[in-house]
Amino acid sequence: MVANKLIKRLDSSQWSVTVVDKNDIHDYQPGYLFIPFGINSPDQIRRTKHPFIADGVELVMAEIDTVDPDGKVVTFTDGRTIGYDYLVIASGTTPRPDQTPGMLGEEWHKSVGEFYTFEGAVALKAAMDRFTGGRLVMHITEMPIKCPVAPLEFVFLADDYLRQRGLRDKTEIVYVTPLDGAFTKPVAARELGSALEKRGIHLESDFMIESVDQEAKVIRSYDEREVAYDQLVTIPLNMGADFVARSGLGDELNYVPVDKHTMQSTAHETIFVLGDASNLPTSKAGSVAHFSVEVFVENFVQLASGRPMTHSFDGHANCFIEAGGGKGMLLDFNYETEPLTGTFPFPKVGPMSLLKESRANHLGKLAFRWVYWNMLLPGRPIPLPAEMSMTGKTPAA
Amino acid sequence: MPTTTIAGHQVEVNDEGFLTDPSQWDESLGAELAHMIGVDLTDKHWAIVKFLREDYAIMGETATLRRVSTQTGTAVKDLFTLFPVKPAKKMAYVSGLPKPKGCV
Ligand SMILES: Cc1cc2nc3c(=O)[nH]c(=O)nc-3n(C[C@H](O)[C@H](O)[C@H](O)COP(=O)(O)OP(=O)(O)OC[C@H]3O[C@@H](n4cnc5c(N)ncnc54)[C@H](O)[C@@H]3O)c2cc1C
Repeated sequence: MVANKLIKRLDSSQWSVTVVDKNDIHDYQPGYLFIPFGINSPDQIRRTKHPFIADGVELVMAEIDTVDPDGKVVTFTDGRTIGYDYLVIASGTTPRPDQTPGMLGEEWHKSVGEFYTFEGAVALKAAMDRFTGGRLVMHITEMPIKCPVAPLEFVFLADDYLRQRGLRDKTEIVYVTPLDGAFTKPVAARELGSALEKRGIHLESDFMIESVDQEAKVIRSYDEREVAYDQLVTIPLNMGADFVARSGLGDELNYVPVDKHTMQSTAHETIFVLGDASNLPTSKAGSVAHFSVEVFVENFVQLASGRPMTHSFDGHANCFIEAGGGKGMLLDFNYETEPLTGTFPFPKVGPMSLLKESRANHLGKLAFRWVYWNMLLPGRPIPLPAEMSMTGKTPAA
Repeated sequence: MPTTTIAGHQVEVNDEGFLTDPSQWDESLGAELAHMIGVDLTDKHWAIVKFLREDYAIMGETATLRRVSTQTGTAVKDLFTLFPVKPAKKMAYVSGLPKPKGCV
């Protein structure tokens, strides 16, 4: 998105734009959630990257080994190097099962499942197909994770899926989280907590995992609680790319500290960080990446012509939540305003309702895959404002 | 915001009892806050509290459990021993800092 937008806006006699990526596969990650339930098929969510890169942008297939921010040079693992005037880091965040003792093992991608990778989602479909009842445990290792609502959506969908297969009565669904409630922000935690309760899903909160015992089929916490499972679905610790740590650019989870309004590195003014790779205090979500890129592009065009950057990102995030049964919920928030109830994007008429289950929200989520491939990635404008609006929202009590 | 008196200090706290103004904190208050949640502060505790205070002054937000662990070289398990059951919240409470955001 950054490259596709910038190539059109920058003077080609002055600027060249290069994208470096370690592979040519692009997954529509929100689709991972739907794979285990057969709602999306694997081929619907995977494409090659190069057709999405605009003419004039150079695409280099290489894995980044280190960045030297003072010398302004990026070194690849094959030894090649590339210099830069400005660097945009957008290397995302990845699940790291290796960071929890016992998580990787014989049963990894079997009775210890996950859906934050393509392979994991496909393996979990097989596990869900085999599942005949017992304890289904959804577990989050540590915050932050990308798309923090995805594990909630998983249990909502699982509830629905098991009902349809006549297995819901034979299954206990448990939601295990390091947080003290179903979600972080108070209004959303309350609404989502009651959505769990309504479905008879048990909430195990404040659970900081110490280890997985694949033989005993339990997860253990530091405060010595045990949760038994027949099928575990875990969200491993999410961490930024290792090259960020190797280059001395990251915090304890390899996220690059940035100014939360400009996404400029706080340590190096020639580095900007977009998407999940930064430490922005908002959700790690595609919608945030999208809104913040729009702000960044406007700022960068100013910077390129020697003017001060005047655009400021407000932390706007917009998340659809699949609720199962053909319904969905919608969250819309920013740095200052927590997710509220109401309608979106227009007052009263919506058509989507905030923090309430509705069919329009569900259809919005499914349709977004099309918008993503056909409008968002190629850098075409889509009619959603980058800045959050209070229109149609009910203020928190 | 309710105002309350702890160990002779007039302080403002939120509805969970966390100080709302970190600058109202000093070591004697920290000791009293610890006492109120049943923790006796040893040198090890103080090292952690000191880190939290310094880190907050620089970063503007309360360090997460992971950050405390990596930056002070204290195993998470040991943090659970020092501040049992809910270490992240208890460390913040004793240090007079806001409850760490569970992030977003
Ligand atoms: C299950 C699931 C459901 C989700 N649902 C939603 C949703 O409903 N709504 C929403 O808004 N968001 C959702 N998200 C989040 C969304 O997918 C991410 O926030 C988004 O993909 C972030 O984009 P990014 O460009 O920062 O990182 P990524 O898309 O992860 O891209 C990172 C890129 O960096 C490359 N890279 C990494 N390291 C290196 C290296 N060393 N060298 C070279 N290249 C490297 C990778 O190959 C990759 O192409 C979901 C995520 C998951 C996992």
